[in-house]
Amino acid sequence: MSSVIGFVLLALLVFTAIRIARLRGLFSATIVAGIYSLLGACWMSFLDQPDVAFTEASVGAGISTVLILVTLSLTTSEEKQPEHAPLLPLVVVIVTGAILVYGTIDLPRLGDPEAPANLHVAPRYIEDSQHEIEVPNLVTAVLASYRGYDTLGETAVILTAGVGVMILLGGARRRRPGTPKTTRGAGP
Amino acid sequence: MKDQVVPRVVAKLLIPYMLLYALYVQWHGDYGPGGGFQAGVIFAAAVILYALIFDLGNAQRAIRPWVVNLLVPLGLLLYIGVGIVTILKGGVFLEYGVLEHDPVHGQHLGILLVELGVGTTVAGVMLTIFYGFGEVVRG
Repeated sequence: MSSVIGFVLLALLVFTAIRIARLRGLFSATIVAGIYSLLGACWMSFLDQPDVAFTEASVGAGISTVLILVTLSLTTSEEKQPEHAPLLPLVVVIVTGAILVYGTIDLPRLGDPEAPANLHVAPRYIEDSQHEIEVPNLVTAVLASYRGYDTLGETAVILTAGVGVMILLGGARRRRPGTPKTTRGAGP
Repeated sequence: MKDQVVPRVVAKLLIPYMLLYALYVQWHGDYGPGGGFQAGVIFAAAVILYALIFDLGNAQRAIRPWVVNLLVPLGLLLYIGVGIVTILKGGVFLEYGVLEHDPVHGQHLGILLVELGVGTTVAGVMLTIFYGFGEVVRG
């Protein structure tokens, strides 16, 4: 039964991805991309990763859909016709995809306890976190305590991204009401 | 979207629960799925839904842009501050065990504060970006 659910979810993901690639209207493509993210969240919760599913649903299907829609209201909502033939991109995509699939042959099976990733520090986290930290959610224990430095870095990355977007948007906001002659805001 | 009755009514019903759920995910991250990042995103999503349906100006009157801008560094400073406190208390950077007499309680307190810092920064950044885009669209 569970393999049927997994197969249906993956088939829907592939189907949605092909739809996104074929859509010319960027508005509908954004909505379908939101559906893709939601299916991705379903897939993650199917793999017993509720934390990742949570993030995918809120960020992928929620925030980024809204942000892309707002961006579309600033630009156009119709994709331009490509100037060159689609043959070269198709070849590049097929070759890259083939290399990636070739790479997965060496990967350990999903959930393999003998996989290198599960032999390094994971057993220690699983065995010791319940009396070292006593936090039932192991993901939180690893993220906030054992890997506290990494999470600090990630938070700094989010802050930097926000500041970067604000600098770009601030430049756009200052240029718009000003006369085209002034170049203030475009400089460093 | 001001003239649309159904989205207005549904949003009015949903937004308080979304904010409450964000707080639940924030404080309950030790026990269930989620944590600071997800909580910050859900909180920002509730405000963004309000802004989409009841106009950006009203949302900015509810949560001022300067407050949102302040949240961005505040969260990261809280995170780093926890690390500095652990150094001052004789541990190494982000060693939460020294925060309280019982190392396990210290871990709990440290994780709670650090997750609050992450949530604050994430909510701040998401809202800052949305407010920024919204102001550019409005011109």
